[in-house]
Amino acid sequence: MVTLTINGRQHELDVPEQMPLLWALRDVVRLTGTKFGCGIAQCGACTVHLDGEAVRACVTPVSQAQDREITTIEGIADDAVGSRVQRAWLELGVAQCGYCQSGQIMGAAALLKQTASPSDEQIVEAMDGNLCRCGTYSRIRQAIHRAAEHGEESA
Amino acid sequence: MRTLTELSPASAKARADQQGRNKGDGPLARETSDIARQGAPGTTRAHESAVKHVTGRAAYIDDLQAPADALHVALGLSPVAHGRLTRLDLEKVKSAPGVVDVITIVDVPGHTDIGPVFPGDPIFADDEISYVGQCLFAVAAESHQAARRAVTLASVEIDERPASLDPVAAAEREEFVRPTHVQQSGDWQAALSGAAHVIESEQFVGGQEHFYLEGQACLVQPTEDEGVIVHTSNQHPSETQKLVAEVLDIPFHAVTVEMRRMGGGFGGKETQASPWACIAAIIARRTGRTTRVRLPRAEDMRATGKRHPFHNRYQLGFDAQGVLQGGDITVIGDCGYSPDLSEAIVDRAMFHADNAYSLGSARVTGHRAKTHTASNTAFRGFGGPQGMMIIEAAMDDIARRLGQDPLTIRKRNLYRAGRDVTHYGQPVEQLGLLHDLIAQLEQSSDYWARREAVVAHNARNPIIKKGLALTPVKFGISFTAKHLNQAGALLHVYTDGSVMINHGGTEMGQGLHTKVCQVVARELGLDLEQVRISATRTDKVPNTSPTAASSGADLNGQAARDACLTLKARLFDFAAEHFGADRGGLDREGMRLEAGALIAGSGEAERRIPWGELVQAAYLSRISLSEKGFYSTPLIHYDRETAKGRPFYYYAFGAAVAEVSVDTLSGEYLVDRVDILHDVGDSLNPAIDIGQVEGGFIQGMGWLTSEELKWNDAGRLVSDGPATYKIPAFGDLPPVFNVELMQGHPNSQASIYRSKAVGEPPFMLGMAVWSALRDALSSLVDYREAPRLDTPATPERVLMAAEALRQRTLASQEAHHAPA
Repeated sequence: MVTLTINGRQHELDVPEQMPLLWALRDVVRLTGTKFGCGIAQCGACTVHLDGEAVRACVTPVSQAQDREITTIEGIADDAVGSRVQRAWLELGVAQCGYCQSGQIMGAAALLKQTASPSDEQIVEAMDGNLCRCGTYSRIRQAIHRAAEHGEESA
Repeated sequence: MRTLTELSPASAKARADQQGRNKGDGPLARETSDIARQGAPGTTRAHESAVKHVTGRAAYIDDLQAPADALHVALGLSPVAHGRLTRLDLEKVKSAPGVVDVITIVDVPGHTDIGPVFPGDPIFADDEISYVGQCLFAVAAESHQAARRAVTLASVEIDERPASLDPVAAAEREEFVRPTHVQQSGDWQAALSGAAHVIESEQFVGGQEHFYLEGQACLVQPTEDEGVIVHTSNQHPSETQKLVAEVLDIPFHAVTVEMRRMGGGFGGKETQASPWACIAAIIARRTGRTTRVRLPRAEDMRATGKRHPFHNRYQLGFDAQGVLQGGDITVIGDCGYSPDLSEAIVDRAMFHADNAYSLGSARVTGHRAKTHTASNTAFRGFGGPQGMMIIEAAMDDIARRLGQDPLTIRKRNLYRAGRDVTHYGQPVEQLGLLHDLIAQLEQSSDYWARREAVVAHNARNPIIKKGLALTPVKFGISFTAKHLNQAGALLHVYTDGSVMINHGGTEMGQGLHTKVCQVVARELGLDLEQVRISATRTDKVPNTSPTAASSGADLNGQAARDACLTLKARLFDFAAEHFGADRGGLDREGMRLEAGALIAGSGEAERRIPWGELVQAAYLSRISLSEKGFYSTPLIHYDRETAKGRPFYYYAFGAAVAEVSVDTLSGEYLVDRVDILHDVGDSLNPAIDIGQVEGGFIQGMGWLTSEELKWNDAGRLVSDGPATYKIPAFGDLPPVFNVELMQGHPNSQASIYRSKAVGEPPFMLGMAVWSALRDALSSLVDYREAPRLDTPATPERVLMAAEALRQRTLASQEAHHAPA
């Protein structure tokens, strides 16, 4: 048995310890907001937070996620930074097909938790592993700046 | 431009939001955000799934809940490119743990050929093996893992034959998947012989993997009679319906295909989504169990077709001013092993070999070469981009020959009065728009001052060279297969006044559903919140065309509008008699739906009937509140015999300026700045359209720069995942990226509210980056020559082009200094 704390709730899962966290989330806990893109940590669609840091769930075994706070897109609205990111995303109309956007939002929220007001260069560095085939990068960049502004307003 | 409503923290709404979040089911999740309230066409308005996208609640195929006993499918794919299948022993596969069913071609009840337009695509290989990744068999098991493990136990023997992997050689041997087509205008030979200058060149234009982030996926449920319901990530539900029915040997009406949204399509789910649905449907019917297919990324990339690589050649004559007089252009599309959509794709390359320039008297020949790779297919632009690359190469080449700036040569060659008919006989309308657009961008991007700065920079810097280019786009809108230019819609008004619209188009992120809802809201005078759209379903709107050719909003928006107009007329007739009967009824003339009410008369005589009241009254009076709509594009025709006609309802235009910095010792480069001005007529939704322009440009830039498909000598795709195939990432976004929509030029044709299609045209704006790279390289030889630069113009190719220029310069210097 593996015990995972996901979005503040404990889940007892009867899964192998090496099961990728992505499969535990999607197939076992049925939290499908986190997406499969490539399975080799090269696209970022499966990005979730472990203790507030962005990780790729497709290559993170559940054993590594035990005793840590797992946050997924379904729980990010409960986080002050996360909800600001969602709001900025809506204001700027970022998403096109939407498939990578859970991962983008989780990546952006993790960045803003570390760096409240990132520069363009810091955004590129933090987000370069989150691919978007629709090419929404320009709006993602704007939305991260917007979310940072919202953070300053509420500070 | 982007003026979405912001939540005021002081408002009651914001308090309710906060409350909702505390309960863990915030309003974001309930989709009641204010952003949904704005509305009419022409206004910025959030994507209909925006809230779902940011909360993870937008469901894609693999997110759909299936019954606990659902089966998972894995595919057995050919490891060789060409040969004969001599033995396929699947006994160990069948007895593997968890395996429920294993099927090959002999288990297909109906048609075994699932070619979408022309035959040639067997659902499973029978005897002949045609590419690495071709499907040999399928395994259905209790889990995804069990199915994938079982596949590896197959014993496959193939009598391997030499694979044909060179499309040019294939064309010389006349190995084609479809016949060659030729377009001709005027005496091209005379034009060449009479021209002051003639240039000949050739180029290779690479293919492109779609890399939709959501891979191919479907979920098929058996229904109570002999049929199936197919949930699929798919741009062409009606074709999948047809193919599934034919494979199962059942009538079309026994198959329902449902499609809510795709996690990216880009053309890669037009024909390439059907095989998996057909396979899953066979298994679902055989087992009576829901069946799921989800291709792993590497298999997806090997098994499905891509953008066609092209080999292009041209011989063009021009006058002393650099104006084209005519010539001969040949394009060879690498089609892979079967026709798929290659007939129309190579046609579109031919239709766009002129881009925005008059070719003069020209012959354009298109070959469809057969090779042993996956069957190449639709991809944003559909051959158009590959065709345009020829003439853009020529513009640079002519400029260098004459010592002129490439922009000067491009402008001299633009379609203009007296030179306004294409090589296939279609007059180019809106010439003023084309010229204005380029003039505006030339000014707003500060092209000429930056040109001076670039030249000055290059004179000072021997290694890092800057390049600058402006390239236009003229892209023809309409399916070139005439019959596809039709669409249907189904409109329901319920007795609470809420409205449901359904149409044949599919949503893949392009905002089609949002635009169609805006059309309906405008026609019915309603708030956007009152209009909802549901999943595309073949049992709601039948016999639909693929959502492709950028035509989704043009066709389906018009069909939805048609339904609204018919329903409106009926409601007006009813209202005229029903309301105010004591005063002789309402004035039918000038009756309209506006701001949630029916309005009749004006001034003191004006009467307003609230929408809800109107709908209730109509229902009680037994007036139908449901309507279907239909649209077919007028004017278009093309005769393949004479290679003349008007295949396009209209053209969409655009232009981009790109500036690059190239390290000529390593070949590495950066795109420093991009300025775009793009024509969408009167925009249906500026925010969505700008998003399409930005994304299209990025994707087009990726195609021409970093996205390199690599096959090994045995025909196996080795760039089969994001580790080996590089699509643009954040770091590739130009630091300065100015994107504007052209204002003040409504469509000259009566498209939906005079808007223009936007899906594909911006893709080709990426050509500016490629041309800017050539410009930077040209500086190495004082702009006397434009180096050949095949695509993708990877750093390796840029370095090799730079080296070639340097070698030639050295050689000529040595020759110059050699003793006589």
